[in-house]
Amino acid sequence: MEEAVLELSGVRKRYDAVLAVEDLDLRLRTGEFLTLLGPSGSGKTTTLMMVAGLQQPDTGTIALNGASVAELPPYRRDIGMVFQNYALFPHMTVRRNVAFPLEMRRLGRAEIARLVDEALQLVKLPDHGDRLPRQLSGGQQQRVALARAMVYRPALLLMDEPLGALDRKLREQLQLEIKRVHRERGISVLYVTHDQEEALTMSDRIAVFNRGRIEQIGTPEELYDTPATRFVAGFIGDTNLLSGRALAVSDGICEVETAAGRIKASVRQQFAAGGPVVVAVRPERLVLTSLQEGGTGLSGSITDVIFLGTARKYVVRLVDGTECVVLRQVSDPPFDLGASAVRLSWVAAHATAFQG
Amino acid sequence: MSPIAGKDGMRPWRLLRAALCILVAVYLLSPLVVVVIISFSAAPFLQFPPPGFSLRWYTLLFSTPAWMNSLLVSVELLVPSSILATIMGTAAAYALVRGRVPGAPFVMACLMLPIVVPGMITAAALFGVYRGLGLNGTLTGLVIGHTVLNLPYVVATVASALRVQDARLELAAATLGAPPWATFRRITLPLVLPAVLSSLLVAMILSFDELIVSLFVSSARVRPVAVQMWSNLMGDFDPTIAAIASVCFLFALLVLLADLALRAGRSLRSI
Repeated sequence: MEEAVLELSGVRKRYDAVLAVEDLDLRLRTGEFLTLLGPSGSGKTTTLMMVAGLQQPDTGTIALNGASVAELPPYRRDIGMVFQNYALFPHMTVRRNVAFPLEMRRLGRAEIARLVDEALQLVKLPDHGDRLPRQLSGGQQQRVALARAMVYRPALLLMDEPLGALDRKLREQLQLEIKRVHRERGISVLYVTHDQEEALTMSDRIAVFNRGRIEQIGTPEELYDTPATRFVAGFIGDTNLLSGRALAVSDGICEVETAAGRIKASVRQQFAAGGPVVVAVRPERLVLTSLQEGGTGLSGSITDVIFLGTARKYVVRLVDGTECVVLRQVSDPPFDLGASAVRLSWVAAHATAFQG
Repeated sequence: MSPIAGKDGMRPWRLLRAALCILVAVYLLSPLVVVVIISFSAAPFLQFPPPGFSLRWYTLLFSTPAWMNSLLVSVELLVPSSILATIMGTAAAYALVRGRVPGAPFVMACLMLPIVVPGMITAAALFGVYRGLGLNGTLTGLVIGHTVLNLPYVVATVASALRVQDARLELAAATLGAPPWATFRRITLPLVLPAVLSSLLVAMILSFDELIVSLFVSSARVRPVAVQMWSNLMGDFDPTIAAIASVCFLFALLVLLADLALRAGRSLRSI
């Protein structure tokens, strides 16, 4: 078995009557960047807090580097944590902030100075050591927080929506910075976000949370191309959802009767024919053709065309009124708005049917 | 309407506001000014305006053993009681705001009782308790009494400072490897230090000024300034009382200035 820096098994946490985390199993491989992704209140931050020791699980075990940390208070666990609001100590300079965990570990003065310099270099703030946190911008503060959380090379770095308070451009820039630091230091990261784009950009693997449970764990590609549940399909990336009734399931392909016509989709969950299903298809997997060209598929009309620069987005209204979004490269020949008769089709493997 | 016209329209109100502020200031300060002026009076009675200038009342004050003794007692009383109240009050506020104390609101309410309960009742209660313990008329008894009286002010001030301060900083310190005591000393305490020092200074002034409990618990040998002034006023009084009042006023003023300087120093550093 691969080496796991963090292992959660059967972890459960309840706040009063609300179940925050339910029977959670999770393994974080050494050097891995694992993201907990989900809407707010789905249990991802609670999970992070339990790993940090700031919350106690009701049942289950949490092991860091193979040893249970149940008895260890936060300050004895070998972790670093970056908070959304930075949580820099306002009365200390940047250097003192970064030196703080080293002082707590009783390192020598020269050693501390060397490590602090190195950490500030790593986050590209070597000249800001003597400033106070409030004299820095939000992005700079978060870099200091990052430097402070890893200057002592903890076994695991926890990040709780670290970029949530920053504007989009800065967020994208810092995403790359964090990835770079992760790569250069080879540090294991457990990252929490509700931003699916951020999760896709940064993670080796993503665990999608919903209502206290993990819906699916996998690489960004796996989650995007082969979502295991309807929730994952809807939460990650843009998706067209078509509802209908399952007619027959054979060889992993399901035929579905919808109000707009018959469609096919692949099946990853077991379900009986005859029941209600929802079919998810990515906008870029939809093939748009003129009705005159013949072939099979759902017919409809274009109601909107949006130029996105690298692509065009078409909104197609099917005969039953359902609207679908289709993404086509700008290099593909454009369709006109009002080109009334178009056909939507797709390869069955690119669509997934879920029990409705 | 142009902004300038708008400003002109506000003018009478601004004048009225300024006049009102000055009026309030005069109302508050004039008794103090009168007392200070009388303390330099040449007349043997409390007479205003004084017929002439002299320092005789200050000379008398500083050469009367009873006054000097009571000043000394007051200092011996206010220093330990304000320090004790500050330490205990800060610890209590920290535990009640940050810790998980069962029935914290109830404990907090109990700590506030000395403010709510009439001073006379607190004083009588202390007197009753002290009688059994033999603490009446002792400095120890006075120190304990004043500590109890000062405690609520410290608890309230420090607790509100703690509530304003972000508790996540302490969580961050914990994840960075700081045990609870190191977190308190390095993070929490420095951030609420202005409130702690402020409450120390307020406790000093309150203790210096306190009369009711001191009246009950003090004795002829251990008699703080406030009690000495009280008994002086009860008998034949001369402008010495104005001189000692001026000294008390000066003390309070110095403490307040120290508090202001402290705050100014902090905000200067924060720029």
